[in-house]
Amino acid sequence: MRLKQDDSNQQKSSQETFANAAAKPLILLFCLAIVFFFLLLWALNNLSQLVSSQTTVNEAVNWPDQSITIAIAEEPPQLNNSLSTDQSSGMILGHVMEGLLRFSDDGSIEAGIAERWEITSSTATFWIREEARWSDGSPILAKDFVFSWKTALLPETASEYAFLLYTIKNGRAVNEGILPENELGLSAPEPRKLIVKLERPVAYFDKLMTFPTYFPIQEKFYTQKSERFGADAKDLIYSGPFIIKTWVHGARLLLEKNPFYWDRDNIQLNQINIGYITQDASAKLNFFQDGKIALTDLTADNLDNAMKNRWSIKESQDGALFFLEFNHRASRLTSNLSFRKALQYTIDMDELVYQVTKLPGYLPGKSIFPVWLHGTNRLLREEYPAPEVELNSAIAKRHLKQAQRELGISVWPDLVLLTGDTPTANTQSEWLQGVLKNKLDLNIKIDKQIFKQRLAKMTSGEFDMVMAGWGPDYDDPLTFGDLFASWNLNNRGRYASREMDNAIEIAQSSTDPNDRVKAFNSIQQIIFDDAVILPMYERGLTYVIHPQLKNVKRRVLGASTDYTKAYVTSPP
Amino acid sequence: MWTYTLKRILQGVITVWFIATATFFGMHAVPGDPLSGEKAVSEKVRANLEIKYGLNKPLEEQYLIYLKNLLLGDFGISYTQENRSVNDIIKEHFPISASLGILSLIFASISGALWGALTALYRNKYPDVVIMFMVILCISIPSFVFAAISQLSLVNLNSLFNWSILPVGGWGTVWHMVVPSIVLGLSTMAYLTRLMRSSMLEIVNSDFIRTAFAKGIPPQRIFLRHQLRNAVLPLVTVLGPSIAAITTGGFVVEMIFAIPGLGRYFVQAVQQLDYTVIMGTTVFYGAFLVFMVIIVDLIYGLIDPRLRIDS
Repeated sequence: MRLKQDDSNQQKSSQETFANAAAKPLILLFCLAIVFFFLLLWALNNLSQLVSSQTTVNEAVNWPDQSITIAIAEEPPQLNNSLSTDQSSGMILGHVMEGLLRFSDDGSIEAGIAERWEITSSTATFWIREEARWSDGSPILAKDFVFSWKTALLPETASEYAFLLYTIKNGRAVNEGILPENELGLSAPEPRKLIVKLERPVAYFDKLMTFPTYFPIQEKFYTQKSERFGADAKDLIYSGPFIIKTWVHGARLLLEKNPFYWDRDNIQLNQINIGYITQDASAKLNFFQDGKIALTDLTADNLDNAMKNRWSIKESQDGALFFLEFNHRASRLTSNLSFRKALQYTIDMDELVYQVTKLPGYLPGKSIFPVWLHGTNRLLREEYPAPEVELNSAIAKRHLKQAQRELGISVWPDLVLLTGDTPTANTQSEWLQGVLKNKLDLNIKIDKQIFKQRLAKMTSGEFDMVMAGWGPDYDDPLTFGDLFASWNLNNRGRYASREMDNAIEIAQSSTDPNDRVKAFNSIQQIIFDDAVILPMYERGLTYVIHPQLKNVKRRVLGASTDYTKAYVTSPP
Repeated sequence: MWTYTLKRILQGVITVWFIATATFFGMHAVPGDPLSGEKAVSEKVRANLEIKYGLNKPLEEQYLIYLKNLLLGDFGISYTQENRSVNDIIKEHFPISASLGILSLIFASISGALWGALTALYRNKYPDVVIMFMVILCISIPSFVFAAISQLSLVNLNSLFNWSILPVGGWGTVWHMVVPSIVLGLSTMAYLTRLMRSSMLEIVNSDFIRTAFAKGIPPQRIFLRHQLRNAVLPLVTVLGPSIAAITTGGFVVEMIFAIPGLGRYFVQAVQQLDYTVIMGTTVFYGAFLVFMVIIVDLIYGLIDPRLRIDS
């Protein structure tokens, strides 16, 4: 026993001496490792400098150079304007391309590539300015528009946004391959005169011209590039205020002022350096704080941080409406009006916006038409205020009982709420689940799906309710108004009513502004009376901006964010 | 040696084929497809799109076409980045992920081995306890937390000194790589530290060390030649899979530091159901992983003569 203890003591002390002896080479190894790591960095640095000589200095704003640095969320997926459908590409295209008309500073429509235009109920005529040039210096002519629109409509192009061109005579027939392309109602009788025959009277045709699908394409360049058109900086020819100078995929884009742009004298920025591409909002805020980027959006999480730092916080509307869409297919319980009414009398959208979402800029949903849409003289919602529901749990419960009788069920089964997988969708669906459980004792099963799968389930009708959203395509109430037409494929809940279809037909083909707003009002009323959807909120934007950067436009339509007319003021 | 290598390569090819097949059918079994967008399109347009991408053909035929293209090394065109080929995407973005991954692996393996040796040397003493505590932290805290914290501290450091010590994010110079590669390597480093520690402890008690002591070999030499060299062997085993894990697992770190690596395409493709990119990146990473494991197996022989495969 004693012997053993002695032995272990001895072993311990020998271990200690060994550790102390071995520690010396170990420390040496540590030092060597650190030196090695730095040597490696140094070598790599030299190596990378050999490979690419150009190093970019990113500064949020630079006054003498009139240049700014910004971050975007994702690489623009498609810069071929006849195929492009998404916002990221739309933002870039809005800076480097221009259509016949463009947005003015106050958000209305003004002359762009066309110096004047005339729209009647059967034709639209555009006169293109003499000084309009492509970025290679060649003139922009009417045929460039004819080519672009024709390309978008050809069946083999398979453009998802071709439907926006159905306003052109025979546009739909050409797109569906029924008529040949030369039957299209487009002609260029003079090099700088474009005549568009319309399929039906389109009161908002001028407003469509700011949409990327309507931008021009130079035929020679397009055919020369074929599949590569829009794939890289050198694979595009530009008609807008800026050109893409360099494009390192996934990393950065450098936009430079277009020397051939007709209105170049009114463009003040020389460079827009898109230095970072990341979806991470906190990372972007860190870049902002570090003086690397000039503007970034805020989320609920980092709003406090921004306020503490006393940055200039701005808010604006993003134009999109989010709503709870019901499945109106006859097999679903949600096709019952009394049931939908019960929910309408229960769900408090003010609570959702002010207590759950808690972000400035957001507005509680009241109507299918967001507040920013224009009526005849004033805003549509000022001329025709949205009908408001007074929340009342007694009425709600009565409606629910009524629904039960009509449907002939004694107990409500679990209802499926289809949602997306974003953090926002999580909070909102859980809130909704809680509200319906507490107030109506309804059990909601949340079906969380990634974007594409949610769309697939929406289209096939595998839901009772879905949290859906809609962003505007053009500046007319119809962009929201025709959503629930029985023929509209985006009407994924398959709502169908004669009354609604009639109102939409008037809004589509009438050219009398008064008739149209009246039609919009009845659409608004039907949506409310029939509880077709429950508008949840209008999305807002909250962002911080560098104090020296002025005249940046956040729009509900077109390129958002729009830096075309922005400028940098001198440092204070 | 050669037959062994050939056998391993053949096994690798079968593995990659299996990965490709499983991914292909799994991906097509998921509801939805890359062509469905936010705005619904008419049946005509939809049919046109399907023809354009060859999705109108029966699945088995698509699979055969895919395998044929795979053999030719053509991954096809991305659905979301519509005019870029998947080959281009991999060619442009993999080197970025790889350079970041290799740097972080160098950092992780060297420091992991050294920390592990240190803890074994001072087993149950002060350095051991402290380091092992840190190791547990590094293993259990996910990398995006470290990424966010390190970025925030960098911002604060930069504003404190009013001078950009290291860039907060982005890509372009070596200095952009320092913080992300360390963050990326932390969990691997911690894992390797534990591995190294246990492997060292095992060797310390083995017979040949006792013999070495008995022969009177100086302790420094025993430590370096007999203990360290033998203990490092298990580390090499996990290095292969670690390379793949680091180069693929960098998605979150890449996003936070705005690094244009392949990780974001790998993850976003799945969210977007971008068939060609899913297939391309999965098969590529699969092949890469298999390749790394083979390489590591062959490297064994160089490190440990006992494991050298005879012909």
